[in-house]
Amino acid sequence: MKFAVVVFPGSNCDIDMFHAVQDGLGEEVEYVSHTTTDLTGYDAILLPGGFSYGDYLRTGAIAQFSPIMAAVKEAVEQGKPILGVCNGFQILLESGILPGAMKRNEHLKFLCQNVQLKVVNNESMFTSRYEKEEIITIPIAHGEGNYDCDQETLDQLKKNNQILFQYEGVNPNGSKENIAGIMNKSGNVLGMMPHPERAVDSLLGCADGLRLFQSILTYWREKHVITS
Amino acid sequence: MYKVKVFVTLKNGVLDPQGKAVKGALHSMEYTAVHDVRIGKYMELEIEQLDNIEKTVEEMCHRLLTNPVMEDYRYEVEEVITP
Repeated sequence: MKFAVVVFPGSNCDIDMFHAVQDGLGEEVEYVSHTTTDLTGYDAILLPGGFSYGDYLRTGAIAQFSPIMAAVKEAVEQGKPILGVCNGFQILLESGILPGAMKRNEHLKFLCQNVQLKVVNNESMFTSRYEKEEIITIPIAHGEGNYDCDQETLDQLKKNNQILFQYEGVNPNGSKENIAGIMNKSGNVLGMMPHPERAVDSLLGCADGLRLFQSILTYWREKHVITS
Repeated sequence: MYKVKVFVTLKNGVLDPQGKAVKGALHSMEYTAVHDVRIGKYMELEIEQLDNIEKTVEEMCHRLLTNPVMEDYRYEVEEVITP
């Protein structure tokens, strides 16, 4: 399986993401510049964290118009797994690929710490290797992770089981419904604030993030390798 | 040439953590009469002569300058005479 890590000007978790796939998961991965317009050679697209375009205007606001985003939208339509972490999540929201918007953290602090997450839905291509309701530990590192949406959107998210991760115990940023990660209705795009790519080896303090990447690989193998 | 002033504010009902913090600071400075603070953005655009400037500004506001999910905007258009 071949992953693309999209590098925007100001991305800073791209290297972590690259190594999570290469060393943690043991699959093929390449960096792809934001100026690229073709993603057909990749099986999954990873939008890393960071501060694309300096977070100017709003987080992710300018990156949504990068040349690569047309190709990302194409990959969304094709049903490829797309994972946006932190700033990657913010870009998915700004570009309208995922519903809702991001606000400053409730207490305005940039938070960099481990948090506990509850796996709300383990029947997605991103979470099949977790148990339902399992509590996992993944680090966060953000100043704007206060997810917000209107009631209608929230009802839809719940009804379609689009909420994959919720903060367990303390909600660090004030996000609506303790939301830490949501997927699109079709189930192939996940946006989340916590960083699974920083938690792929117990040497890093925690390995709970690795199963997210393994879930994607499992899905892809079931779809492409076993059937062919 | 036009000068366009765009004012971006959070929609009513969207909690504003920054406004809340500033209100707290004002209260601690004993400006207790301050009932609420909401923080927005102000942008100035210089735009060349256009046939339908309002339509273009609205489009820019909708596509990039604001996030329609949580922000409202209003704008003023001034014609600037360049010497």
